[in-house]
Amino acid sequence: MVNRIIVGAHYGLKDWLAQRITALLMIGYTVIFLVVWPRPMSYAGWKALFAQGWMRFATFLLVASVLIHAWIGMRNVWMDYVKHTGLRLALEVATILWLVGCAGWAMQILWRI
Amino acid sequence: MPDLTAKKKRPLWYNLSPLNLPLPGLVSILHRVSGVVLFLGLIAFLYLLDLSLASESGYAQAAGLLRAPIAKLLVIASIWALLHHMCAGIRHLFLDVDIGTSLRTARRSAFAVFIASLALTASIAVRIW
Repeated sequence: MVNRIIVGAHYGLKDWLAQRITALLMIGYTVIFLVVWPRPMSYAGWKALFAQGWMRFATFLLVASVLIHAWIGMRNVWMDYVKHTGLRLALEVATILWLVGCAGWAMQILWRI
Repeated sequence: MPDLTAKKKRPLWYNLSPLNLPLPGLVSILHRVSGVVLFLGLIAFLYLLDLSLASESGYAQAAGLLRAPIAKLLVIASIWALLHHMCAGIRHLFLDVDIGTSLRTARRSAFAVFIASLALTASIAVRIW
């Protein structure tokens, strides 16, 4: 029997699960997008697509998924290759700021239509 | 306290040569590489989305940007990154629920991921070129 002395850690399960759930959401969005994207492409069709409430809702979920998914992935990359603690922290903070900023930008694009 | 430094040297034989990398390993590292590529490409994607939804002229401008050969190459590279990342990710989801974990199947599915993403990229590439 394994007797764990260290308790309280999540052993990365939450992140692992979040990575999978967001992946499924993004796959779902891709399938929906392939069905509904305007053919032939035009400005009117493109704009009309993103002007719909459900499409904004879905795209918002996509943006949130990308934010979480990319954060976990990039954090793993920094953890694997950047051994210097201070530099790694700086890169992780920069990644979060960048992703949150991008999410805000995406929201602005969608709700400006 | 035992003297650990006095311990005799253990033989190390980790062959990490890339030439020795099995196909599932190649799919795995490319999954990571494509993920980083997509992260870096996020800004270009958002810029184009912003431009294309801003106005009629913005849409034309975005379409014009994408007509340049270099832009097409970048788009094709991004599509490959997305498709490889997605296919390898779907394979991962199956492995997570214990489907296809035998060595034989895992090698086959890795091969399938590789071929599927390249074939899909090629079919899209000829259409947008």
